[in-house]
Parts: sequence; structure tokens; C-alpha cells
Amino acid sequence: MYQTVYHRASSVDEAVALFSKSSEAKFLAGGQTLLPVMKQRLASPSDVIDLGKIKELQGVELSGDVLTIKAGTTYFDIMQNADVKKAIPAIAYLTSVLGDPAVRYRGTIGGSIANNDPAADFPAALLALGATVKTNKRSITADDFFQGMFTTALEDGELITAVSFPVPAKAGYEKMRHPASRFALTGVFVAQTKSGEIRVAATGASQSGVMRVPAIEAALKANWSPSAIDGVSISASNLLADIHGTAEYRANLIKVMAQRAVAAAR
Amino acid sequence: MGVEGIGASVVRKEDKRFITGKGRYVDDIKLQGMTHAHFIRSPHAHAKVKGIDSSAALKMPGVVAVLTGQEIVDDKVGNLICGWAITSKDGSPMKMGAWPAMAPETVRFVGQAVAVVIAESKNLARDAAEAVVVNYEELPAVADVHAAIKSGAPQLHPEAPGNQVYDWVIGDEGATDAAFAKAANVVKLDVTNNRLAPNAMEPRAAIADYDAAEEHFTLYTTSQNPHVARLVLSAFYNIAPEHKLRVIAPDVGGGFGSKIFIYPEEMVALWASKKVGRPVKWTGDRTEAFLTDAHGRDHVTHAEMAFDANNKITGLKVKTYANFGAYMSLFSSSVPTYLYATLLSGQYNIPAIHAEVVGVYTNTTPVDAYRGAGRPEASYLIERLMETAARQLKVDPAALRRTNFITQFPHQTPVIMAYDTGDFNASLDAAMKAIDYAGFAGRKAKAKADGKLRGIGVSCYIEACGIAPSKAVGSLGAGVGLWESAEVRVNPVGTIEVLTGSHSHGQGHETTFCQLVAERLGVPISQVSIVHGDTDKVQFGMGTYGSRSAAVGLTAILKAMEKMESKAKKIAAHALEASEGDIVIENGEFKVAGTDKAIAFPMVALAAYTAHNLPDGMEPGLKESAFYDPTNFTFPAGTYICELEVDPGTGKTSFVNFVAADDFGRLINPMIVEGQVHGGLVQGIGQALLEHAIYDASGQPVTASFMDYAMPRADDVPSFNLSHTTTLCPGNPLGIKGCGEAGAIGASAAVINAITDAIGKNNLEMPATPDRVWRTIHAA
Ligand SMILES: Cc1cc2nc3c(=O)[nH]c(=O)nc-3n(C[C@H](O)[C@H](O)[C@H](O)COP(=O)(O)OP(=O)(O)OC[C@H]3O[C@@H](n4cnc5c(N)ncnc54)[C@H](O)[C@@H]3O)c2cc1C
Repeated sequence: MYQTVYHRASSVDEAVALFSKSSEAKFLAGGQTLLPVMKQRLASPSDVIDLGKIKELQGVELSGDVLTIKAGTTYFDIMQNADVKKAIPAIAYLTSVLGDPAVRYRGTIGGSIANNDPAADFPAALLALGATVKTNKRSITADDFFQGMFTTALEDGELITAVSFPVPAKAGYEKMRHPASRFALTGVFVAQTKSGEIRVAATGASQSGVMRVPAIEAALKANWSPSAIDGVSISASNLLADIHGTAEYRANLIKVMAQRAVAAAR
Repeated sequence: MGVEGIGASVVRKEDKRFITGKGRYVDDIKLQGMTHAHFIRSPHAHAKVKGIDSSAALKMPGVVAVLTGQEIVDDKVGNLICGWAITSKDGSPMKMGAWPAMAPETVRFVGQAVAVVIAESKNLARDAAEAVVVNYEELPAVADVHAAIKSGAPQLHPEAPGNQVYDWVIGDEGATDAAFAKAANVVKLDVTNNRLAPNAMEPRAAIADYDAAEEHFTLYTTSQNPHVARLVLSAFYNIAPEHKLRVIAPDVGGGFGSKIFIYPEEMVALWASKKVGRPVKWTGDRTEAFLTDAHGRDHVTHAEMAFDANNKITGLKVKTYANFGAYMSLFSSSVPTYLYATLLSGQYNIPAIHAEVVGVYTNTTPVDAYRGAGRPEASYLIERLMETAARQLKVDPAALRRTNFITQFPHQTPVIMAYDTGDFNASLDAAMKAIDYAGFAGRKAKAKADGKLRGIGVSCYIEACGIAPSKAVGSLGAGVGLWESAEVRVNPVGTIEVLTGSHSHGQGHETTFCQLVAERLGVPISQVSIVHGDTDKVQFGMGTYGSRSAAVGLTAILKAMEKMESKAKKIAAHALEASEGDIVIENGEFKVAGTDKAIAFPMVALAAYTAHNLPDGMEPGLKESAFYDPTNFTFPAGTYICELEVDPGTGKTSFVNFVAADDFGRLINPMIVEGQVHGGLVQGIGQALLEHAIYDASGQPVTASFMDYAMPRADDVPSFNLSHTTTLCPGNPLGIKGCGEAGAIGASAAVINAITDAIGKNNLEMPATPDRVWRTIHAA
């Protein structure tokens, strides 16, 4: 790790102000991405602004048909939360298969989506559920927020404060775990909104990060059942390929995970 | 058996310090004035080092020195050696290129050190290392054996034309060809044994401390065999004569073979400590472990097996290409030859065997012994062949094995080994019963109805352990004898210290070795301590690898115990005014048999040291030592059967059951043996399903972190169902065969045999990742 200056912010305003005063600052949430990268000397922020003690970034609220998860809430707290389990059990399930216990105890929803790893789980949930990302400045729809691998609509120094999810009629998530890292080799989140819209998002599969899967959405619109996806063909072009999965394999996983997610949807 | 004697599952004495964080590993040691080393390593697989500019680094805060490969060569530190001479079939000695501790001219794998920064702290050394400018001229590189032996391939060492280290043969080619000419059936198979990174939990580390006044070095290092390290450092690397070099291997967090070898970092630390006049510490990080710890396996093999009309094996032909990486590591040459091809007879009567092994240089990390070392490769090959044969000949795989089992002992194979004892039918029976082999067809049908592909796979392994009879290995080219030493020191108050040349880095010696003492004397194990890992404390010994420490090391302790007991009996007889022949040892007392006359062991010890009343002419004291050289290898063997399901949608494997029936001879501590088997099985399963150290065509490692290299985790493996079918080893008085490597040797074939059974396709390489299995299922 290179030398850096550590700050502990106690409010969103303070965090943002500290950021604007430093030359190359980074917000620190769970540290599950930022710290390993710093330890390997692949990142050298001048200042690290810890968000961990900011109360307004913690917690979950269910109000009517909207579930709001504050940005600093850990996966573990999300997984245990009664409102999450009641309103969108697929999110509770997603956090239970995310990484390993150490990652779940530290990692946060805000850090996950800010980082937008092409194999991260939460981006699929946000995109499929049509969630809205709240920042210190504005609200951004998930469709606009994710802009390709490790790229988001966030401006420099913009801080995510919360994510709000419209409670769906049904939703499900299934993931094939990467054998080494436990990220999603491919994961698919399927959702049926209360107004009957079908949204399907795949993570871990595309070279351009999390993506909607229109062919599966169309098939499910016609018939919400796993077998409806049997006839769908997913092209392998533009899909990721690495030592743990060819593009063809990932194309297959999009289908298979979607079928299983539909079967599991509640 | 007493409560703490042989056969008791005594809780491990050493675990208190390990579990409470009180273990003392090399990195925990801090010396006064200690400096820290950071190595500058090649980012290229093959390159000329055109120049190293350290001027900027030397001006940075806290930098003590920047030392380069040329300087270590100039100071006449020796090149790294390979300790086992192999002769090619044309009679020529193996062809080795020089391996300097840091490369002065040419780097041949990613991670090879070219220079080292010594600084006041680890971070300062790392900062300065970034300021050292190394000018490389890249050369073409080759990572794969097949590419390396092609004409026109990039050449690594001028000494080894065609990148060939040796072309070695074993067995009778004429007899084997004749068997194939008459064969009713021939079964052919190509297999790749995947390259593995050993990944001990504790990365390698070294602290070197030079005392200029005494011209004496102390080296703290992560070694499985500190005496061998001292011998090699002294005799070959010109560090210091042995009496001026103390090597300490304190608590060591796993080795699996990778800590047998003496590595460049230890040599550089010693040399640098003298140069800078201060202690030098180096602790590798995980990336360095992936890049520089000797890798394991990496074979490509074509094999053919001949059968007669009764499905009896009549011959076996094997041709293997072994990837050695860029340099010949300490025991690398022996692994694909004498530790591999000598086990190709498996558990079977095979009248004629011929094997050829070509050792090849590539621009990759050196490859050497890794848990099992050669024997997993042999076992995997034979057991994949047997399964393939059963499928081709349309017979039950267990029955085919039974038809060919060796049942008479001793049995001389055509490839050197003479198996002393065993009962292969017993372990196969036990494993088949444990897994309900007969009921498998029904379970497979039921799984099919649930959309799952279920398979069963058998693996009947044998290994040669208790390494090794010195005369035998000497005649085959080994540079050392492989005996073991022990000393039993009884203190005046009757507590006992046992000094062993074995080294414990996870095996539990501090418990099992005490159990032998408890068994013989009837004293509690709390009265006994095991001393190991320090060349100043312990007499010369050979260390721990090759499942040798119980069969060889503990036998040495037994020999020393017998000498000590014999003297103690004389003292007791004298004190009790009885004859020596009437003295028996029971529950910590020396008794006159059949009487109530007795003297407690501590009183015997005290008598030995007060020496007021010893038999005439007897020397005071109670301390005896012994060296034990085995007369043969030992041959642990057994059957592993695994039942699993493959998800046809994802290609993912899930275990249903995994049974192991092992014959390890006598068990000292069944709980520790169980732990050894669990660990070994997990490593074997890891190789079969997950682990693979991959290089791209240009020699860049693709799997240099745990985010890419898949280590097995608890949820990747099943609960194991273990049992033992024991035949005592006739080669040593305790009847021990060894248990440290069996799991890693036998498990992989069981898994791949089961997956290929499940998916109905025989060709599947390791690791059988979900992607690979899915593609195999759906391949045309
Ligand atoms: C072994 C391992 C396994 C993993 N497995 C998975 C997995 O299976 N699935 C998965 O999805 N992820 C996985 N991860 C990644 C994990 O989810 C990380 O926690 C996540 O990517 C980052 O979240 P964090 O809270 O740790 O953020 P940090 O590491 O602290 O920060 C990450 C980035 O986000 C920025 N940031 C953080 N919070 C905010 C905010 N509120 N507003 C703006 N920017 C912010 C930081 O500045 C930084 O650039 C794994 C990580 C590890 C180490």
C-alpha cells in the first residue's frame, strides 16, 4: 500500500466536502474492492474517506411499495433484514450467495454498484427491478446508472446515499458462482413488476457489464414459466470468455440461470 | 494400548499454540537491527537483462542496498543444484542449464528475481524497488511442453538443445512390444496431469543473520528439512561451512513438498546479510508464492494397455512429457522418473511395462515434488486406463480390477518396486460395501428421473512411501541417503526429550511421536517433548516429505528408545537386585516380573545421573541415539470410490458420497491419520475439479491470485466416509506404511472416473470445471 491520508466522515456533507478538498480522494465503504487494490499498489488515492460511521447511510426502509436500502448497509445486514425478506426475498437470497462471509460482513450495496464490476450481483438486481440510485445530488434510474464495465453515471465526488426498489409482483435470482472468486460467472435476475412488466438482467456475462436480456423478457412476457425460455437462443458474441467460462458457456448459463430464477421467483 | 499410547486418538498437543495464535512462524521473529528485502522480479517469461539502474533507488529514504544478480555471481555464490542425477536412454547425463540465485544475464520465467532491495522496512524496500530501472530485451518464450519440443521453438538453455533435459526409459521394451503383438485388446488413452500451485497457508519466508565476529550465519526459514537446507547451502552454495551455519525451521504453516527445496530467496538473504552487516528478512506474499514456489505435476502422457482374451493385462506402454519449467529444482528430476514410472504397475499384475519420460524446459515456474510427487501422476494414469478399459471391454470396472489384482506378496513389478504386502481385494470390498456399489444402478436411474446425471468412479491406488532405502535410491542417482535420525534424552527427573530429524509442518509429530514413548514407558505424553527444526539442537536428519516421518523417523526414535530402555533396565535391575532379563516396563515403572518389586522411571533416571549406585563400569547418564535406514519403501494402498451428480444444464459436479478404504499399516493416532486423509482427498479433488496453474502462450501466468486460481473450499468437497483395511508393513518394526499423501494420490482418478461415467463420455481432462464438463456433454 502507498501512503495515504485516512479520514472518517460523520455525515454525507462532510464526506463530500472532504472529497472536494483532496487531490485524488476515494470513498471507502466496505473496502472489499478498494483495499485489495490499494494493497497491490494498483490504486494510490491521496486521501481515503471512510463512510462506515455515517449514520444516514445505514439501514433499510419499507414504505408502501418501495424498499429503500441505504448505501452503506452491508450485505449481511441486508440478508438478515425482515423487510427485505418480506418485500423482495430475491434480494435477501442474492446477498446470501454473494462472496464469502467476510465479504458479506464488510461489503456494501453502495460500494458494489459504484464499482460496477461486470460480475457483481447487485447491478443485476437494480437493473431487473428498475431501481433508482439516490446520490447526494440527484436520482438516477438503474437503466441510466450502469454504463459498462466498471463505469457508472456517477460524477467525480458524487456519493451514493441509497437505492430504492419498487416492490415487484415476483422476482428471482440465480447465479453460477465463479469457482475461484465466487463472483457471478453468470447470474440472472428476473422480475415481474406490479404493473406486469417483465425485466430480466444478466451479470457476469457481457463484455459491456450488466445487461438486459430482451429475448428472455419477450418469452416470459408471453408465458411466465421456465419452459418458456427453452426455445430462446442467446448469442455468444460480445459475451465474456476466460479460463473459467467460454462465451458459449456463458450464453448457455444466461438461459439456464434465467429458467432457475423464474422457477425460484416469489 | 494405553490412553495415550499407539492407536489412541490423542488430541494434538501443538494445537493449543496454533489455535490461540501463539505459533511462532518465521515472520513472527524480529531481530535487533533487522532489514527487509524486496525482490525485483522479471515481468517477462524470457528476456535478456541489459542493465539495472539503481541510482535513484539508492537515494531513497531507508534504502540500505540494492544488490544484483551479477554481484551474487561475482561473489561466487553457487548456482542452484538438482540433487538427483538421471541418465538418458542414450547413456548421456541429464542436460541442465545454470540457475543463479538472481539472474545476471537472462530471465526465463515471470517472477525470476534479478535484484533485491534491502531497506529499513518492507514498504520502503517496495517503494525503492519501483525506482529501480531494469532494462530487458524480450526474447520469444514457450510455456507448453508440446510447443517447447517442436523444432524452431525458443530455446531456454544452450546446455539443453531442443529444451530437452533427458529422455529416460524404464522397463523391457522388447517384452512389452511382444505382449502388444499378441494382445486380444488394446486400450489407449491420452491424459494431461494439470499443473498445480501448492499454496501452503504460510508463504515462504527467511531471516538471515550474519555474525561477523564469529563468521557465523543463522537462517530462520520455512523448511521441511532444515538439515538438508544447511547441507546444500554449505556444500554447494558456498554460504558457510556447516558448523558456521545454523538453520532453524520454527513453526511452518504447511509445505506439501514446496518447502523441501532451497530457494534463491534464502540464499540471497544469507549473502545479503553478510554484505550489509545486518539481519535481512524476506517474507513472500501470495503473488510471489504463485510465481516462485515450485509448482507440481504438469505431465502430458500417451499410454496403451494390452489385455488377453480373459481381460488380464499383458502389457503397458507409456510415453510422458514432463514440464520442468525454466530450471531444474532440487528433486525435480526424480519426480517424473523414479517416483512416477516405478509405480506404473499400480495394484495389478502386469508382466511387461515400458515407459519413456522426456523432461522438458519451458518458460514457466520450476516444477518439483508436490504432495504425492510422481505417484499421483502414475495412479491417475493407471486408474483412468483401467476405467477406460472396463468401458471398452464392457466389463464392470471393479471386476476388471479384481481380475488383475496382485494377490501374492512379496511381488516384484517390472519397474523396480517390490511390493512387500497388501490386500487389495479387502480395500476394494470395504469401499464397495461402504458406498453400496450394488445399489448404484437404482440410484442412477432415480437421479435421471430428477434430471441429474449420476456417476460412480473407482480408484485403486498404490504408492511407495517411507522414502527411502539409501542404498536403493543411491543406485538410482540420488545425491543423498534417505534414512532418519533420533535421540532420546532422559532428564534427571525422568522427563523425556526426543530429538528428531523429521520436521512437523502440520503433521502432528509433537503428538504422535510422544505416543510411542507413552506406549513403551507408560508415562503421560505431557512428560515428553519433541524437539525438531533446529540444526543446532538436533543431530543431522533428513526432514519430512514422502510420507516418511512415521515409517522412517518414528522407527529411528524406536531404535533409540530400545537402546535407552536397555540401559535403564540394567540400572533398574541393579537397584532392585534382580537380573536384567526379569525387568519389565509397566505404567511408568520398572518391575521385576511376577513380584511387587518396582522402581519408578524417574528414579531410574535420577540414578543414571546421580551415578552413586550404577552397575560397575557403566557410564552415567541416560541418552541414546539411533539412525534408521529403511530396507524397502512402504506401500500404502487402498480404494477410493466416489459417487456424484452432474447438472447437465451447468456442468457442475456435486458429490453424493466419497468413501476411502486405506491400508496404512499400523495407525499411531487415528484422528491425525483421518485429518491427513481428509486434507489429501481435498487436494486430490481440488486437482480434479478446480485447480490449474495456467500460462498463456507467451509464458505469462494467468492464475497468480486466489481470484483466478480456484482452491477447494469446504463447500466444494463432501463429508468423507473413511475406513481402514490393515496389513502391517513387514519392513519396519512398527508395521507403519504412511498416510500423508494417499488422499492426494488416489482421489483425482475416482472423481474423473465418476464424472465420465455420469456423462457417458470418456475423454475429460482435469480440472473438470463446469464449463469443460458442459462442453464435453454437448460436444458432437
Ligand atoms: C473474495 C471476494 C469475493 C467477492 N465476491 C463477490 C460476489 O460474489 N459478488 C459481488 O457482487 N461482489 C463480490 N465481491 C466484491 C464485493 O461485493 C465488494 O464489497 C464490492 O465490490 C465493493 O463494496 P465495498 O462496500 O466493499 O466498497 P469499497 O471497496 O469500499 O469501494 C469500492 C468502490 O466504490 C466506491 N464507493 C463505495 N461506496 C460509495 C458510495 N456510497 N458512493 C460512491 N462511491 C462509493 C469507492 O470509492 C470505491 O471506488 C467480492 C470481493 C471479494 C474480495
